Amino acid sequence: MMEVKQQTFKRRTMLYIPGNNPAMLQQGSVYGADGVLLDLEDAVALNQKDSARILVSHMLRYISYEGCEVTVRVNHIDTPFGLDDLKQIVPLQPDAIRLPKVETLDEISRIIRLIEEIEDEHQMPHDQMKVHVMIETALGVQNVYDIARYSPRIDAISIGGQDLAADMQLVKANDGVGIDYARKQIVMAAKACKIDVFDTVYVDVENEEGLRDEAEYIKKLGFTGKAIINPRQIEIVNEVFTPTEIEIRKAAKIVKAFERNKAEGIGVFAVDGKMVDAPVVKRALRVLEMADIDVETL
Amino acid sequence: MELKTKAQAGSFESSDVLIMVEPVEKGAGRKIELSSIVMQQFGEDLLKQINRDLDGYNVADVRIIVNDKGALRPTISARLETALKRAAEMQTGTLK
Repeated sequence: MMEVKQQTFKRRTMLYIPGNNPAMLQQGSVYGADGVLLDLEDAVALNQKDSARILVSHMLRYISYEGCEVTVRVNHIDTPFGLDDLKQIVPLQPDAIRLPKVETLDEISRIIRLIEEIEDEHQMPHDQMKVHVMIETALGVQNVYDIARYSPRIDAISIGGQDLAADMQLVKANDGVGIDYARKQIVMAAKACKIDVFDTVYVDVENEEGLRDEAEYIKKLGFTGKAIINPRQIEIVNEVFTPTEIEIRKAAKIVKAFERNKAEGIGVFAVDGKMVDAPVVKRALRVLEMADIDVETL
Repeated sequence: MELKTKAQAGSFESSDVLIMVEPVEKGAGRKIELSSIVMQQFGEDLLKQINRDLDGYNVADVRIIVNDKGALRPTISARLETALKRAAEMQTGTLK
């Protein structure tokens, strides 16, 4: 199986940046998001698609988004814009390309084939640029596992809540009730494929408490991070997805106890009166990883 | 590149540039009208960049009006490319 470059960025927050907005494009990496999503799709008017595509391609060559994962969301391949987006963006090899409204296995295989044909034309490898798939329809939710495991290039999937709510004909979508099943289904598919999974945007920019509640909820569900639409949302989501000092201390204690017990051949033991076994150690290691703590230094 | 019609790209937003291009008769040369909020510091550089880009597209005869609101180099190049492709009716993947 093809080996794909491993992602090395944290993925708590991914900031959407409209592809036709030079000011935001040039400042995208300064706000502290883990990644930027340069958007050629919903954030761009239909009569400015050419303009945005050209602007983003020039920005990708010129601007250093150092420290940020750079993803470009292209238009769907069946729109009049999708193929031109791929032809222009793929040769520039951003860290990842985000494919909206993927619904079936046939569709993802067709798009990845197109991407790889473009890479072949430019004598580029197939193992550098990652593919992120957006699930935004009921049909996509039903097929998400097959889509997610189609290619090792797919290293993240995400839920597009607004489009999904529309596809489900939900009148009220802001409380997340209607898309809850989809969230869980998409998380499970991602976990089964051992890839990352991103939550949808929180559209009420003024409601910081609501954003925090939603971020805490989706963290409990197993999401890796969340797409955001305003720099004001970064700090809250990053905070939710960063382990607290208490969590870090507890995790370090578990890992240290595990190392001690392992040396004595003991697999199950107790820390502060609570049973610790392999899955608990695994979760503790994940906490330390999220906190950028090297286990060797404990 | 053969220009067929008037076209424009960009905006008056901060960090952007509005570029209008218009075909002129063959042999008329380039007429570039440039205004910029950073005219004093970067006007000459802007003009050089626009001429260099026009050389790249092989456009010898054109009237261009550039209204710059502090755009970076990639934005200038992108808006000029868009305006030229629209004027040459070469733009693809967009709705007019």
